Amino acid sequence: MTAVTTTGSDVMFVTTRSEERGRLASWWRDSLVFAGRNVEHIRQIPEKLLDVTLQPLMFVLLFAYVFGGAIHVGGGNYREYIIAGILVQSLAFGMTGPATAIATDLTEGVIDRFRALPASRVAYVTGHYFAELAGMALSIVVLLGAGLIVGWKAHTDVAHIATAIALLLVFSSTMIWVGTWIGLMVRSPDAVMGVGFVAVFPLTFLSNAFVPIASLPEALQWIASWNPISVMVAAVRELFGNPLSPVVKHTWPLDHPIPAAFIYCGVILAFTVPAALRRYRARTSD
Amino acid sequence: MYDERVQHTNNLASLPAVSPSLEVVPPVASETPGVQTRDLGKRYGDLWALRDLNLNVVPGTVLGLLGHNGAGKTTAIRILTTLSAPTTGRASVAGLDVVADASGVRRSIGVAGQQATVDGLMTARANLVMVARLHHVPKRRARDLADELLERFGLADAATTLVKTFSGGMRRRLDLAASLVADPAVLFLDEPTTGLDPRSRGELWDMLRDLVREGTTVILTTQYLEEADRLADDIVVLDHGRTVAHGTPEELKSHIGDDRVDVTVRTPAEFDAVARATAHLASNPAGFDAAALVATVPVREGVRLVDVMRALDAAGIDPVDLDRREVTLDDVFLTLTAPATVPEEATR
Repeated sequence: MTAVTTTGSDVMFVTTRSEERGRLASWWRDSLVFAGRNVEHIRQIPEKLLDVTLQPLMFVLLFAYVFGGAIHVGGGNYREYIIAGILVQSLAFGMTGPATAIATDLTEGVIDRFRALPASRVAYVTGHYFAELAGMALSIVVLLGAGLIVGWKAHTDVAHIATAIALLLVFSSTMIWVGTWIGLMVRSPDAVMGVGFVAVFPLTFLSNAFVPIASLPEALQWIASWNPISVMVAAVRELFGNPLSPVVKHTWPLDHPIPAAFIYCGVILAFTVPAALRRYRARTSD
Repeated sequence: MYDERVQHTNNLASLPAVSPSLEVVPPVASETPGVQTRDLGKRYGDLWALRDLNLNVVPGTVLGLLGHNGAGKTTAIRILTTLSAPTTGRASVAGLDVVADASGVRRSIGVAGQQATVDGLMTARANLVMVARLHHVPKRRARDLADELLERFGLADAATTLVKTFSGGMRRRLDLAASLVADPAVLFLDEPTTGLDPRSRGELWDMLRDLVREGTTVILTTQYLEEADRLADDIVVLDHGRTVAHGTPEELKSHIGDDRVDVTVRTPAEFDAVARATAHLASNPAGFDAAALVATVPVREGVRLVDVMRALDAAGIDPVDLDRREVTLDDVFLTLTAPATVPEEATR
């Protein structure tokens, strides 16, 4: 698109490229300002960070030392088995973060101030994304560190470990956009926890995250074998070289967990990103 | 008391004027700065929140939008600040069309919202720095600007305090400071003093008067006649989305009268006698509230309470109570929508 600006009698043609570069630069800068707002919130109320740090840590200790003795997986140590499960579960629950934050902003007047400013309009949403992604990256570091302490280890080469981290970050991004979309859908921030529990709890427990699929009843084995969470967990275990529970129901995703995990994330992102942006525009204009 | 820069020569007969063509509005989106609207309207479903709003706010003046809740004040502000799209009509702010050049408008305005739109989970300083950064002010300059504004609005001591611990008055002051970050050509204040105690309200009025003295164009909404009277050069009275009156505070006051004397009687049968006995002291016809047994007499300037008392006594009326008070928004509406004094359109 070429914009024409009239200044007095001169007609200036502003080239497409420099205009778009300017817009991109201002989007990026504005996104960072909004992300900085989230950081500022954490600086004022550090407890906000507990659910991405202490909470996953608590899960590691609970499963390693409380449930660990009762659950047996074929071909390996349960502590090696459980870390991928807790990683994926924690990151999945992480979607309540952006959902609550956005739903809260929408019920308060602050969003109107942002919208009457000459800042990029999507920057508000993308700023949340960058801040939440940083939080989830911290979560991954804390969990892998805790894993090392309780006896988890990666048995693969650097390329596989890097792919595992990349996959976890892609999955984090997916869950942030799911959360963003939910935050823009619900009427009040209180509803977020309900939606989060109803959606995430069954999905993470009806999977191979904590127990081998073989231990589930027949019908649930099918659900667990298609469940994107199972596929994510299996992909992370494979990339880290951790024990995999035997596949009892052969589905394409569970037989090819690594490409399938990326595909699942891609499909969900392809839906949630445009849906969230459209919803944001609809919620903030009348 | 009123700004001398604005000379009003409109004749009083134009009040209350309800015809949409009451002001000559220059072409919208012209080079004329200030604020112009033409036939601006907003419909939500079947309800018109705002209808046929025609404004011409001269740069450096203050327009007061006066009305009760739901009169259309906030709707007008939301359209003019690009937060809401108009259903009908056009509007230009600082010479820019609010729909076609929304981002240009956003660069030229400051907005202080009804809810004091500041972030409670940040410090006062961080709030101002963030707003400045979103105005694309460089980082260092943003910090200096924040400190200058905190100083100017008496918030320097609370700079590093979490905003959610602020009192209502401090929040409003911070909100006002945030709206001034970009040195806006036009400032919008949506009920800036609603919910404030009288002292904070007085402080905020002083700050607004200073701003106006510096030449900022201001549109403010209020439910308080006194506020519009003290701050505005022009007042537009809105009721159910429609303009029911438009003029200077003097014009409005001369039309609706000055103080009111509430005469409480024993039976509604005495209302007529009260009206007759006080007619020579009244600037407008008396109003009656049969439920409260109160006759309200708009008294002319200079009339003393004792004059009213003597007139009543001479007519053999022994009131239960007499109360002299200032004109309120309710009185404005009672006068403007009284069938005898207003053209039919205004009574809806």
